[in-house]
Amino acid sequence: MQSTSHAFKDNAQRALHDPRLQRAMENLRHGFQERRRVAAAALPEFEQLRDIARDIKNHTLANLDWYLERYEEKVLASGGHVHWCRTAAEARETILAICRSAGARTVTKGKSMIAEEIALNDFLEEKGIEPVETDLGEYIIQLRREPPSHIIAPAVHLNQDDVEDTFRRSHTDLPADRSLGEARELCDEARTILRSKFLAADVGITGANFLIAETGSSIIVTNEGNGDLTQTLPKVHVVLASLEKVVPTLEDVSTILRLLARSATGQEFSSYTTVSTGPRRPGDLDGPQEYHVVLLDNGRSAMLGTEFHEMLRCIRCSACMNHCPVYSAVGGHAYGWVYPGPMGAVLTPGLIGIDEAGHLPNASTFCGRCESVCPMKIPLPKMMRHWRERQVERGLGPAAARWGLGAWAFLASRPALYGLAAKLGAGVLGRLGRRKGRFAALPLAGGWTGVRDMPAPEGRTFRDQWAERNRR
Amino acid sequence: MENTPAASPCRVGLFVTCLVDLFRPTVGFAAVKLLEDAGCTVVVPQQTCCGQPAYNSGDKARAKQVARQVIAAFADVDYVVAPSGSCGGMLHEHYPELFADEPETALAAQHLAKRSHELISFLVDVRGMKRVDARFEGAVTYHDSCSGLRELGVKQQPRQLLRSVEGLSIRELPGAETCCGFGGTFCVKYPAISDRMVTDKAEDIRRSGAGTLLAGDMGCLLNMAGKLSRLGVPVAVRHVAEVLADMADRPSIGAPDRK
Ligand code: SF4
Repeated sequence: MQSTSHAFKDNAQRALHDPRLQRAMENLRHGFQERRRVAAAALPEFEQLRDIARDIKNHTLANLDWYLERYEEKVLASGGHVHWCRTAAEARETILAICRSAGARTVTKGKSMIAEEIALNDFLEEKGIEPVETDLGEYIIQLRREPPSHIIAPAVHLNQDDVEDTFRRSHTDLPADRSLGEARELCDEARTILRSKFLAADVGITGANFLIAETGSSIIVTNEGNGDLTQTLPKVHVVLASLEKVVPTLEDVSTILRLLARSATGQEFSSYTTVSTGPRRPGDLDGPQEYHVVLLDNGRSAMLGTEFHEMLRCIRCSACMNHCPVYSAVGGHAYGWVYPGPMGAVLTPGLIGIDEAGHLPNASTFCGRCESVCPMKIPLPKMMRHWRERQVERGLGPAAARWGLGAWAFLASRPALYGLAAKLGAGVLGRLGRRKGRFAALPLAGGWTGVRDMPAPEGRTFRDQWAERNRR
Repeated sequence: MENTPAASPCRVGLFVTCLVDLFRPTVGFAAVKLLEDAGCTVVVPQQTCCGQPAYNSGDKARAKQVARQVIAAFADVDYVVAPSGSCGGMLHEHYPELFADEPETALAAQHLAKRSHELISFLVDVRGMKRVDARFEGAVTYHDSCSGLRELGVKQQPRQLLRSVEGLSIRELPGAETCCGFGGTFCVKYPAISDRMVTDKAEDIRRSGAGTLLAGDMGCLLNMAGKLSRLGVPVAVRHVAEVLADMADRPSIGAPDRK
C-alpha cells in the first residue's frame, strides 16, 4: 500500500472537516470504550492476566528463533509447507506461485492486516487473479477500493447509508428497487454474493492471530465465521502471518485469548475461534489438500533488541486506537498506511521508516490512555518518544522548532537569567492582558491563539513575589 | 486546624513549575499554604523547568541539561512537591529513565524520583490530610489531567478534599479522563486536532452544568480556559489548589482583573 503518512497533517485536516466521517467516529467513541470497560471490570483477574500475557510474549520474543523453528517442524510434520519471506515482495511472489500452481482464478480471503501490509489484493489483480474479501467490513471497503481504517473494524469510518450506497453501486445485477435500509438486509445481500465466491475459490488465504509452536497450528478469531469457510472449502489454504505471531503452547494462547476479545470488542470471546493444523488427513471430513504458511519478517526482526522490541508483543486487539483521542478525532485513514492509532504510530515508522512516518509518533499528547488499556502492557507513549529521539539524533524536524528548543534550554539551565526573563515576560503580558484577562491573538503564538484564547498571566512571577516576601 | 498530620514535620521543596511561576503565582502560594497546613516547612530552591519540553520532543541531551540542575537544587529536601501531575510525573517517572544510560547521575535521579510528588496526592497519601478549612459557594467539576491520573494515580485525592470544602458541590465531568488536547507542544504542532479535542472537552464541561472547572495542571487549565472563553462558555477555571487553600477570591484563569 502506497503510504501517505508524510501528509498526516493534511489528511487529518481533511478528516476533521468530513462530517460523514465524524458522524461514523462518534459511534466508535461511545461503543468500544464502554464495552471494554465493562468486560474488563467483570473479570477479577483481568489485570493479572495482562502481566501473564506480557510475560508469555516476552519469553517468546527472547527465544523467537527457537520457537519459530519448533513451529516449522510441527507444520512440516503435519504435511504443511512453511515459506520464510524477508520482504513484502518475497511474500507476494510466494503467494502468487502457490496460486499459479493451484491454477487459481479466484481466491477468498479472511481478514489479514499482513495482506494489507504487502498490498496483496492489488498485486493478485494485476496478475489476473480475483481476490475476494469475505469479512463483511473488508468486503465493503474492497468494493470501495479503500484501505481499512481500523485493524479489527476495517469499515468503521462508514455509516450504514454509505454501505447501502456502495452495494447499490457495485451489485448492479440486482434489482434497483430492492429494499436495503436495514442492516440485516445488507448482511443478507453480502452473504448471498459471498456464498458463490466461497464455492468458486481455488485458494483461501487467511491471516493468523497466533501461531502455536507446540502444535504447528494457526488460530484465527472472527465474529462472522467467514474465516472457517475461507480455509476449509478451497483446495489450498495459505496462512499469511508475521514472525511475532508465534507463541509456545495452546495453553498460552488460551490465556491471551481471554484478554483479546475483551480488550477488542468487550466480548468474553469472539464468536469463532478456529484452529487449523496442516492439510486434510485421511479420514477428515473436510479441509484443504494443501496447507502453506507464509511467514513474513518485513522489518520485524530488525526491531528485536531495539527500544521498539516491546511493540512485537502486540496482538492487534485495537484497544489502543479505540481509546485514543487523536484516532477518534481523525480516523484511521489519516495515518496514511496500514496501521493506525497508537500502535501504528510506533509500528509504522519501524516498517516503512521514520522519514516517511515521522508525523505519527509526534501526533500524540502522551495522554497514556493507550498504554493503560493495552492488554499486552506495551509502553506505547514511551516508544513514540523514542521515535522522536531518533528524529532529533538525525536532525529531522523543522529548524525553527530546534532553534526554539535551543533558546529555551539555554534559559532553562540558567535559573537567574530565566527568572529575569520570566519576570519581564509575565510583567508585560500581565499588564497588557489585565483588562480583558486574555489575549485573542499574540505574536508568535498563532498555533495557540488560532483556536483558543491565551489567558493573561496574573502579572508578577511566583518566584519574584516569593523572593520579596522572604526579604521582608 | 482540624488536620492532624499523621506524618512528622518535614522539609518540602516546592517545585513551582514554569507555568505556575509565569501565569498563575496564586497557585504557588496556595500550594505553600496547603503544605504548611499539613505540617511541612516549605522552601523554594532556585529553579526553572522540569525539562519536559525537550524530553517530549526527543531532545534527551537538552532535557538532561535542565534536569541535572533540578536534581542538584532539590538534593537536600525531604520531599519535592509540584502543583502539577505532569511535572510531578516527569520527576517521579521519567528522570530515572532519562538518566538510565548515565550511572553516575542515575542514582541521584532515582533518589529524587522517590521523593517527588504531585501536590494533592502528597497531601492526602503522604501527609494524611483528610479535610481542608475552606469555603466555596457553587458547583464545580473536575478534569483528571492525564499524567497525574495515569502516571501518579491522582483521582480520589482531590475529590476527597473538595468534598470537605464548605458550600461546594461536585458535578462529575462526563469523559473526565479523556485528554483535553493540550499535550505540551502538541497543541501548537497539531492545532487542528488539539482544537477538536478541547472543543469536545468544552462541550462536556458545559454539559456538566458546573459554574467552575477545576484541575491540577496549569497546561490543561490554560488550554481549557482559553477554549471556554473563545467559545463564550461562562465557566470559571481554577487550579484545584486555589479552592482547597481558600484562595479563590482572585479572578479566575483568563478572567479580567477588575481591581
Ligand atoms: S498495542 Fe496493545 S492495545 Fe494496541 S493493538 Fe496492540 S495489543 Fe492491542
